[in-house]
Amino acid sequence: MTKSFPGVMANDHVDLEIHSGEVHALLGENGAGKSTLMKILYGFYRADSGEIRLNGRPVQIRSPHDAKRFRIGMVFQDFTLIPAMSVTENIALFLPNLPVVLNKRGMIRRIEEISKRYDLQVDPSASVWRLSVGEKQKVEVLKLLLADAQILILDEPTRSLAPHEVEGLFRVFTHLRRDGYGVVFITHKLKEVLACADRITVMRRGQVTGTLNVSEATEDRLVSLMFGKGISESTRRLGESRQENLPPLLELKQVSTPAEGQATGLKEINLTVLPGEIVGVAGVSGNGQKEVGDVVLGLERCDSGVKYLWGQNATHWSVARIRSSGVAFIPEDPLGMAAVAGLTVEENMALSNIRRYARQGGLSMDWKLVRDDIERSLTLLGFEIPSLNKPVGALSGGNLQRVILAQEMARNPKLILAFYPTRGLDVQSAIAARELFRRSRNTGAGVLLISEDLEELFALSDRLVVLFHGRIAGTGTPHDLTINEVGYLMTGSKGEYGSNR
Amino acid sequence: MIGSSLQGLLSGSIIAGTPLLYATLGEVMGERAGIINLGLEGVMLMGAVVGFVTTVKTGNPALGVFAAALAGALFNMIFGFLVIERRANQLASGLALMFCGAGLSALLGAPTIGSQIKGLNEIRIPILSDLPVAGTILFHYDILVYLVIPIAILVWWALFYTRWGLSLRAVGEKPSAAFAAGKHPYRLQYQALFIAGLLGGIAGAHLSLAVAKTWAEWMTAGRGFVAVALVIFSKWHPLRAIAGALIFGGAIALQLQMQARGVPVSPFLLDMLPYLLSLGVLAVWGGARRHAAPASLGQVFRGTE
Amino acid sequence: MGLTAEQANKASRFRRRWWASSIRFFGLLGFAFIVFAVLLLAFGKNPIKAYADIFSSTLGSTYGFSEILVKMIPLTLTAIAVAVPSRIWLINVGGEGQLYIGALFATWGALTLNSLPPWILLPLISVFGFLGGGLWASISGILRAKGWVSETISTLLLNYVAILLVNFFVFGPWKDPESANYPQTAEFVDAATLPAIGGTRVHMGFIFVLAALTLFYFVLSRTRWGLEMRAIGGNPEAARRSGIPISGYITLLMFIGGGLAGLAGMIEVSAIQGRLRPSLSPGYGFIGFLISWMAGGNPLGIVAAAFLLAVVTAGGDILQMAHGLPGSAVNILNALILFVVLSRQGGKVGVK
Repeated sequence: MTKSFPGVMANDHVDLEIHSGEVHALLGENGAGKSTLMKILYGFYRADSGEIRLNGRPVQIRSPHDAKRFRIGMVFQDFTLIPAMSVTENIALFLPNLPVVLNKRGMIRRIEEISKRYDLQVDPSASVWRLSVGEKQKVEVLKLLLADAQILILDEPTRSLAPHEVEGLFRVFTHLRRDGYGVVFITHKLKEVLACADRITVMRRGQVTGTLNVSEATEDRLVSLMFGKGISESTRRLGESRQENLPPLLELKQVSTPAEGQATGLKEINLTVLPGEIVGVAGVSGNGQKEVGDVVLGLERCDSGVKYLWGQNATHWSVARIRSSGVAFIPEDPLGMAAVAGLTVEENMALSNIRRYARQGGLSMDWKLVRDDIERSLTLLGFEIPSLNKPVGALSGGNLQRVILAQEMARNPKLILAFYPTRGLDVQSAIAARELFRRSRNTGAGVLLISEDLEELFALSDRLVVLFHGRIAGTGTPHDLTINEVGYLMTGSKGEYGSNR
Repeated sequence: MIGSSLQGLLSGSIIAGTPLLYATLGEVMGERAGIINLGLEGVMLMGAVVGFVTTVKTGNPALGVFAAALAGALFNMIFGFLVIERRANQLASGLALMFCGAGLSALLGAPTIGSQIKGLNEIRIPILSDLPVAGTILFHYDILVYLVIPIAILVWWALFYTRWGLSLRAVGEKPSAAFAAGKHPYRLQYQALFIAGLLGGIAGAHLSLAVAKTWAEWMTAGRGFVAVALVIFSKWHPLRAIAGALIFGGAIALQLQMQARGVPVSPFLLDMLPYLLSLGVLAVWGGARRHAAPASLGQVFRGTE
Repeated sequence: MGLTAEQANKASRFRRRWWASSIRFFGLLGFAFIVFAVLLLAFGKNPIKAYADIFSSTLGSTYGFSEILVKMIPLTLTAIAVAVPSRIWLINVGGEGQLYIGALFATWGALTLNSLPPWILLPLISVFGFLGGGLWASISGILRAKGWVSETISTLLLNYVAILLVNFFVFGPWKDPESANYPQTAEFVDAATLPAIGGTRVHMGFIFVLAALTLFYFVLSRTRWGLEMRAIGGNPEAARRSGIPISGYITLLMFIGGGLAGLAGMIEVSAIQGRLRPSLSPGYGFIGFLISWMAGGNPLGIVAAAFLLAVVTAGGDILQMAHGLPGSAVNILNALILFVVLSRQGGKVGVK
């Protein structure tokens, strides 16, 4: 199968075989191409080239309805369950041959039958919004079974499950295997793969890097298939300007945030950023990175714990206050979170520090100063200056990210929150951006760098923190940790950590 | 004397509440499918005028009711085209529908202003109507009043016990899920709006044929909007709407009762009651109720769509 | 509370291609007029004569034209009353009620303080008018800022309450004893009457219009607050992250919008009617909504649309007097125009 999107080769001549009565794990980091492949199988995407064969016969799958007809079922990361309705109603909705007048009792009986057979016990009359993630997942599997699926695809099913719920899921797989179903489960978690899969296909950057039986698989082997062979030893020095004796810029003490829906909450996070250091936060997306940023910026309330900025208790500060006190924010999704597409580059710049540019109590704006500031910042960064009067929404992704970088850095922030900052940037600009962070660090600012690019993290960070399931799974420096170890921590295995701080 | 005014209030509530209930049931149907119709006022006006004019021309109020229902349904299809086909803003489209209904009904009704009709008569039920107290309160109404509760039950049953109702509710909650399950969201929405139009038309017909037995421009006086508030108050549930309609009908009837008893409160202030009650109910419960709204409709309320 | 960035972004892109779509727009508008003509035909009226009459009595004479200008004054104000909150996607359908309450406050001022000289009294009752409408709209603003009630519904319901309130006063405590059975207040003293220009009825109220339009445009494009408003309208999530106080703006903009409608009310009682009557407004509030929606909240567009709808409204009067159509029939044309506007935008703008 080959499938590409603008700028991205999602699946590059991928081969995959699924047998009946087998649990097949599709392993890889985010962006490896696993979900894309399965969405093609489920009819959401059409492959550019390649073939799908069911029981030896080539088939065309053009839509989820086709997939259903071919008895392929998929459970997505964001469930397609209707929270307000009951388990029974959700399942009924999905069934192909429903009678005009609903037979609730009959349905409940069928559900109970199948749930017992496959260890998927759940209360059929319960409203879905009340269910735990694990129970919701059971409902999704029941839906597929009752709709007569033969191949079940589960996309990151253990994402928000507690350990015992994960065991429950594996028990279900055992039952399904016994009855000849084919199960594909997409994941980035090594231990689970080793615990329950029969065969494993590893993907990286759109390609299959290996397919093995579980008997041949070891953690080491899987990690190297997933992440590649280590990184070139690029410049990696301990932050020479890290000032151990100065008070920290940012301190999160035992901070927890509530888990909302499918998103994980933070659980008792302790994090410090000292002046003159770059702290890299590694982790697979969805394990708490966004929440860390939101908490620091003041958008998310802490359930418990305290947040200190510049030594003061900033737990209840407003966003405006936090920003104006010297925190810069470089988001992963600028058009969604930082820039107003309809306004021009100048106007967005003005918004980033409006008090500086407002004159006469707000009646007018000093546009000259705005322009000077942004131009200076862009030049310092070595970026080209785009037309400042163009609406920001018209800029390309790379240009937009550059403008945002320039905008935020113009305020000479003391603490920089950077989310996947070089994603989508060309090599030149990415190098410039990294230089920028180094320079800021060298002048005594602190950087909290959140990225999935391990090479980047290793190249830039003075210290590393790994998040998993909302907790800190491990800390260390790029000297003490290897990429493999970080890989373990990111994927929840109990590898050896480097020294804690 | 107190007894008879209580009786008067109760039967007044039932009479005033009936058109409200019809309209509310229709709106529940539409909102359960994810569409909020502020033009319900216009639909009711069309029902009222078509019902009245038909009755005047043919002398047959039953025919009037049928015509009104049909007119309401067809009129609502205009709204359906705008919001389903063209994906226009639901709130603004509803208001446009209201204007249209107000103007069109004025035009249609102009020649019949001042006409008298017998309208829908009271139907006496042997034995039951003769009961001393319960009889006067419960059994002296026209056919539409008697039918409204069975219809409410029918709507409830259809929404929660049939395949069609299940699919409809799924569309209102999560159209993508309904679509993934193989349903046809647009088609279902049109169907819901059609039925909502039928019920809205009947609501209007009841006003012009039974309650007021005449036609006047803008005669619905905002009842369409009160019905929208009632839907929220009833948490989108047809059976709860019965209680709600009774309460709001009471607010409307209260004014007449108090006037009749010579209570020295300005009728204008009393007339404010239904609206203030609607607003109060929304303010107090609206925040919490929002979460009871069909999820994709809720976006309309929260302003996040 | 807010809307998706995606939707708001799409809306801004829509505004930029306006010249191409304007042409299509006028074509579709013409369609609305044709449908109305067909309707007139169906009811036995001669649409050509009707349209000709409308044209000649509005645009065909100086007096007619001045009457259009007179109508444009309240219409522009109520349109801006809707446009201001619409910048952050609030839907204010309460222009009618806000107008009435503004008129109410202004009337109180005119009746009670009737011994003051005009150069004090007139500005004073203008302020009262603004305050009245503003406070009335703030009720909805606060309810929305707290996340309790959608402002569309609350402003709608409050319209009815406002009209009833005015009726209460006009039929009750403020009823003019000299007017026998006519429900209306006493006539305003000259000091409380907005003077007119020349021999026409075009009155000083147009100053309010000019002021409102220029201020609206100026604030939106030049000031800090306009920038923040446009940010909220463009991407509420980003606005939040920049620290902009969204709930504050919700209440403030509703207040200002309501205030402008209230001014329109004050104008009606002071300049046009000279007293407060139940039939204060022929739906200026609602028509203002239509105008703002047509113009996309854009100041110049508002003037153009207000002109069009002033002609239509005057046309409604003529249809009523000369052709025997009920006054509300013109609402059909209003609705048709709104249908046209709505079916074009198709899912792009604002709250759905």
